[in-house]
Amino acid sequence: MESISQGFIQAFRLILHLDAELFGIIALSLKVSGLALIIAALLGIPFGALIGLRRFPGRSLVISGMNTFMGLPPVVVGLFVYLLLSRKGPLGFLGLLYTPSAMVIAQLILAFPIVAALCHSAIVDVQPLIRQAARTLGATPLQVTATVIAEARYGILSAVIAAFGRVMAEVGAILIVGGNIAGYTRVMTTTIALETDKGNFELALALGIILLLISFGVNTALHVFQRKGMRGVKRWA
Amino acid sequence: MGLNLVAADIGKHYNGKPVLQGCSYTFDAGVHVLMGPNGSGKSTFLRICALLEPPDAGEIIYRTGGNALPHDAELMRRITLLLPKTGLFNTTVSGNVAYGLRIRGVEKSEILSRVERMLDFVHLSGRQDQNALTLSSGETQRLGIARALAIGPEVLFLDEPTASVDEENREIVENIILKMKRENGPVIVMTTHDRAQAERLADRILIMKDGKLGETGNK
Repeated sequence: MESISQGFIQAFRLILHLDAELFGIIALSLKVSGLALIIAALLGIPFGALIGLRRFPGRSLVISGMNTFMGLPPVVVGLFVYLLLSRKGPLGFLGLLYTPSAMVIAQLILAFPIVAALCHSAIVDVQPLIRQAARTLGATPLQVTATVIAEARYGILSAVIAAFGRVMAEVGAILIVGGNIAGYTRVMTTTIALETDKGNFELALALGIILLLISFGVNTALHVFQRKGMRGVKRWA
Repeated sequence: MGLNLVAADIGKHYNGKPVLQGCSYTFDAGVHVLMGPNGSGKSTFLRICALLEPPDAGEIIYRTGGNALPHDAELMRRITLLLPKTGLFNTTVSGNVAYGLRIRGVEKSEILSRVERMLDFVHLSGRQDQNALTLSSGETQRLGIARALAIGPEVLFLDEPTASVDEENREIVENIILKMKRENGPVIVMTTHDRAQAERLADRILIMKDGKLGETGNK
């Protein structure tokens, strides 16, 4: 019991003293997950919008696939990316294994289906009345599409935030493809796993507290955006 | 020269069942009120006239100075239809009114002044920054009218504009329509179930029954 409370005291000391190692790890985590998220958003939002707005053969299959991939086990993604990037793998020549880039790729694969699938849901939830209203006001097909996307903005933001929450808390995939190299590919979750194994609870706890705060912030933002988005749904329910 | 429109022998089927048959009429300046029981085809006729869906038979001709106009994007921007459920955008009251102007690339200063004028016209001054989805149903309908009028339509279709509003808002909406009429505003084509309202507003009353347009005449 004493060691736990000591651990917490040390953890807060590390946070309050702005420990360089601690904040280096946090910065790398945010950099890797942030980059993965930006790419996932750039690809996933248009993809989700396309699936939501256009009808084409095989659309249902694509939607089912997207929804299935939302629950991809991170270790499986890690294994898949490892095999791709390992020296004998098809992309081995790029030399990306055990680099932050490999971690970005793994997190991108985890984030993309979440952004795309939730974006698709947000867009199909926009009432047909909105499209009609835009058309009656003289909007061109492109402007109608832009209007529908604008109406789904809170849902789209929620999608991006949900994906961020997922990749920030993920450990399996980045551990496999990043290798947990100190000062290079060691991020918050992999450090927590390693330091706990070694019995160094203070750094693990400090990172755990920061991760919880980030998770709390993400969920608060998610809740706010979902509530804002719900106003439109309630109005026409 | 203002727009007028001719509905020539319009027919429409849904699932093989005729909804409109041989509907012909010329809509010139003034207020034209279309009456008829539920399911008689009023709203379908309005949507076809507003070029939101094609007829299966006949044609809609928009004319200005005797010349027929092509059904293109430019024509679509000169007419508008206000639906019974307005479909307000999840933004501010002023953002809703400004929508049609923004997509037309109107200058910001002009948008601001027109939004202010329109909100004043529908008695919603001072509500610019309120989220439009928090308005009451009567206010929603008035905002829908302001949004439609902001673009300066030459033909305005109103599908049961007072169907879901209280007495006070019904009176306000009617006064707005009468004011447009007095000020030689757009050609107005509206539907209603309310005979007394039709009498109060219409220059011409048309009766739609079983998909046929009949018993037209001055009120």
